[in-house]
Amino acid sequence: MTAAYHLAASGRQVILLERGDGPGSKNVTGGRIYVNPINKYLPEIIAEAPFERHVVKETITVLDDDASVQLEYANDRWRREPYMSYTLLRATFDSWLAEKVSQKGAFVIPKKKVDELLWEDGCVVGIKSGDEDIGAHIVIAADGALSFMAEKAGLRKPLEPRNYAVAIKEIYMLDAQTIEDRFGLQPGEGAANLFVGAITKGIFGGGFLYTNRDTLSLGIVVSIGDLIKQPNPVPASRLMEEFSVRPEVQRWIRGGELKEYAAHIISEAGAEGIPKLYTGGMLVAGDAAGLSLNLGLTVRGMEFAVASGAIAAEVANEALAKGDLSATFLSRYEQKLKESFVLADMETFRHTRDVLENKRLFTVYPKFLSELLAALFTIGQGKKEPLYASAKAAARKYILNWEACKDLFSMRKM
Amino acid sequence: MKVEEKIALDAIKNDRESHIKLDQKICKSCRERMCITVCPGYLYSLNEETGDMAVEYAGCLECGSCKIACIYNSIDWDYPAAGCGVQYRYG
Repeated sequence: MTAAYHLAASGRQVILLERGDGPGSKNVTGGRIYVNPINKYLPEIIAEAPFERHVVKETITVLDDDASVQLEYANDRWRREPYMSYTLLRATFDSWLAEKVSQKGAFVIPKKKVDELLWEDGCVVGIKSGDEDIGAHIVIAADGALSFMAEKAGLRKPLEPRNYAVAIKEIYMLDAQTIEDRFGLQPGEGAANLFVGAITKGIFGGGFLYTNRDTLSLGIVVSIGDLIKQPNPVPASRLMEEFSVRPEVQRWIRGGELKEYAAHIISEAGAEGIPKLYTGGMLVAGDAAGLSLNLGLTVRGMEFAVASGAIAAEVANEALAKGDLSATFLSRYEQKLKESFVLADMETFRHTRDVLENKRLFTVYPKFLSELLAALFTIGQGKKEPLYASAKAAARKYILNWEACKDLFSMRKM
Repeated sequence: MKVEEKIALDAIKNDRESHIKLDQKICKSCRERMCITVCPGYLYSLNEETGDMAVEYAGCLECGSCKIACIYNSIDWDYPAAGCGVQYRYG
């Protein structure tokens, strides 16, 4: 939509084909958007957008089977404008943005599924939807993480289970006052909570909880590669259910009414999973371009989508002005992405998955933390041993070993 | 809450035909049944009598996990026809 917005604003004839009943109806986010990197791409949009809450506190909850540790970080700077990130709901945000896109002169056509690309002399010259052929000088494929169009254009590598995670999300309705009281927020403020540990049963992944105006977004993300390798498989849907009934989650969501159950694929391959981004007559943007980045503490995607859309529009404009839609000319799309935070950040954090896919992060370290704190806080029947002795025992059991040293060392890759 | 109860809350318009097609010849030799494990809607099942795999396409959340998880390529997966399938009201 960002691409459509800019191209229409430049006076180009733009058709935006939306598979759902309306933009947003087929989209799912956790989630939240970081706006600092993209303010320049959609300034008036970011300022007016119907976001949910600006996030002022970040929480991490590390879970063992029957214990947990929670760390909450709040920063006053985030309470003041300009805000760093906002929670949002795609149906609300996308439909609003689609309206803005239409106002710029683009045709937003819902209920239109793109089935094929049209080719001429090795260049994409349009799309086919059902029986209808729609010619175009340039096609920008923003058709999501599965991107059939990138696949049909031969740009995308086959989808491997180890490169993807499945996200399951539930929306709970809870009034704004209760949300603010429970999370310790002023009106309009939001919280983001990430969960890691026993909830994914050793599988790479974690849980999330975001506060919206009068709803909560709760979900779990688990690696498909790991899910299918389980010796005694637990279904993804059960992981979600068991996560949602944990006391550490119930304390936030209890009393909330379940309104929606959603699912989505997330690329976990990082820079490795980025397909070829262009061919003659076509550019690939957003999730379709593999532009999602999981840094454990922060999970990013939507700002990459906005930026890549804006840069795609810029390059498309140049190509149309010059009358050159060849792959050679369009390669400057990739070049510009490299010069922007989009590919630069993807590259900087290329090795993150090597660090984060360490099973011990989801099993050993949560257990260590849990046992350490149990030892420190518990007063039993007999004499209590010195705290240092308790700490050393826990450390000896879990982390005074070669693997932990290697793990610590590997953190440098982030 | 059971998964099917959760999906029942969603706005879904169903097509007459399933958008997901399985190759039962391939399914017959599959031991792992990865589709059953990964599907967020728990929509895949094995008919113990016939040995056929079935998918309740009417509850599909259109994530595509099954397509990715089935390493034996039994699943012919496309999005549902335009106007059909889940329509997220929150997203």
